[in-house]
Amino acid sequence: MRNLPWIPLTIISVMLFMGIFAPFLTSYSPIDQSLPDKLLPPFWEEGGSIKHLFGTDIFGRDVLTRLYHGARVSLIVTALALLVGGGVGLVIGIVSGYVGGRLDSLLMRIVDAALAFPTILFALLLAVTMGQGLRTIVIAISLLLWARFARVVRGEVLAVKERDYVALAKVHGCSPARIMATHILPNVLNTFMVLLTLHVGVVIVAEASLSFLGAGIPPPTPSWGLMVAEGRGKISSAWWLSLIPGVAITLVVLAFNLFGDWLRDRLDPKLRQL
Amino acid sequence: MRRYILQRLWQGVILLILVTTIVFFLGRLTGNPADLMLPEDATEEDRQALIETLGLDAPIHEQFIIFISNAVRGDLGDSHRYRTPVVEIFFSRLPNTLMIVPAAMILAILMAVPLGILSALRRGGLIDKFSGTIAVLGIATPNFWLGMVLIYVFSVQLGWLPSARMGGFEHYVLPTITLGTFLVAGFMRLIRSSMLDILDSEFVKLARIKGMSETTVVWKHCLRNALIPVLTLWGVFMGGLVTGAIVTETVFAWPGIGRLTYEAVIFRDYPLLQAVILMDALLILLINLMVDILYAYIDPRIRLAE
Repeated sequence: MRNLPWIPLTIISVMLFMGIFAPFLTSYSPIDQSLPDKLLPPFWEEGGSIKHLFGTDIFGRDVLTRLYHGARVSLIVTALALLVGGGVGLVIGIVSGYVGGRLDSLLMRIVDAALAFPTILFALLLAVTMGQGLRTIVIAISLLLWARFARVVRGEVLAVKERDYVALAKVHGCSPARIMATHILPNVLNTFMVLLTLHVGVVIVAEASLSFLGAGIPPPTPSWGLMVAEGRGKISSAWWLSLIPGVAITLVVLAFNLFGDWLRDRLDPKLRQL
Repeated sequence: MRRYILQRLWQGVILLILVTTIVFFLGRLTGNPADLMLPEDATEEDRQALIETLGLDAPIHEQFIIFISNAVRGDLGDSHRYRTPVVEIFFSRLPNTLMIVPAAMILAILMAVPLGILSALRRGGLIDKFSGTIAVLGIATPNFWLGMVLIYVFSVQLGWLPSARMGGFEHYVLPTITLGTFLVAGFMRLIRSSMLDILDSEFVKLARIKGMSETTVVWKHCLRNALIPVLTLWGVFMGGLVTGAIVTETVFAWPGIGRLTYEAVIFRDYPLLQAVILMDALLILLINLMVDILYAYIDPRIRLAE
């Protein structure tokens, strides 16, 4: 217990709490405008009040409320993107590694190509062609993730498939699909879990960057990246609009990365090269 | 060596064809691309005229051939917003990007190489801890936010540096730092870990036993080998660099390709976005090819392999 990374875990819990209970934590709406209250500074600055702890934005919306709801957006996008991108990567990694041969070299070529090309360009293209929204951003970020997962999982599978119990299963007449599902999969799950944790930060930054570039979840739904973007023009008069959500992004990403490092050292120290 | 380069060239061509195909079909994914290509105030006649020029009433494979043959001749259509050929716009903005990217890379190398080497040489020491912290923070801080913090501190509060657009030397400082920092963390970690591997290897032990000075061991024997993984992972950095350039130029209103990409997204200027992506892909492939050749030059195992 003493070795648990307490500080990152606390930050992660706070974020989860904010995201899950967002509507109950505040009496303000994250979307409805209230122009008389616009651009109020945080409570510690002159003119600020405890009613709006982190101030209000150009439409008079409470920044803290939008942070809560933004956490929710980040969590949903992260969960879905890791599920889709990580899942596809896991399956491709297992099949590629286990089947081997031509299929393996073909799939790994595609992985190389996907890693060599800046996926952000496809993400932006998707946002323009499919329209902004949850579906688009999940697909876009999954495109970024799957190749990284596939590459690492395949490496693991190559080692696992040489083990005696796999040979024994083959002798017993297990089908390749069954071997992959019951003998290979459980043995790469540790690696997969570590990869998932290490990529939470990647997804949050990617989502924030796409939102910042106008290709994320469309306004007025609050997303942390969008909040930074909206405050950009007001940086000289209302710094809190963009700097506070930025602090939130950095803290959360930092926490997930440190937690991921810790988990990797516990479960799968081989991955340290990542 | 020649075979190696030809192989790389071939892979590049395949990747380019793939990108082109994806761009073409994505544009057709959501219905008639004419709707994406036309500005919002276009009339029905404009629409019909465009459909005919682009051959959009033809079967899809013929359309693809038209698209490719136009693209090869450097015609990727006109931007909605600027009403001029997109390829021209791309080349007018390219020099501005080429002014900050190399500066940022030099900054990143100047910081990452010494810090990476020193933290590997004194593992667990003060410099190692310091650069480790920088790396962890650098990876967690989104680049666009770092840019805004720099603007807030150095432009708004201190008033030392301009916050946007191009101009004299002082305009380059903040964008270069923002983009450079993006690369430093990754470079530094990589150089450190590959230095650690190499310092542990047999030939370094031999060099030390022979009584070579530590300077020769580090600079001649280790660094050259430690740079190989940096080049291997070049593709990944390239992706980061493109993202970084888009975001940095957006934050600082820098009129380069990155900012152009952002404008294309914001104004839903599909022909412009399409062109930027294809030209970027071409540029990236050329740079990657140069890096591959450099790689072969640095690593004789590749140069001499047949």
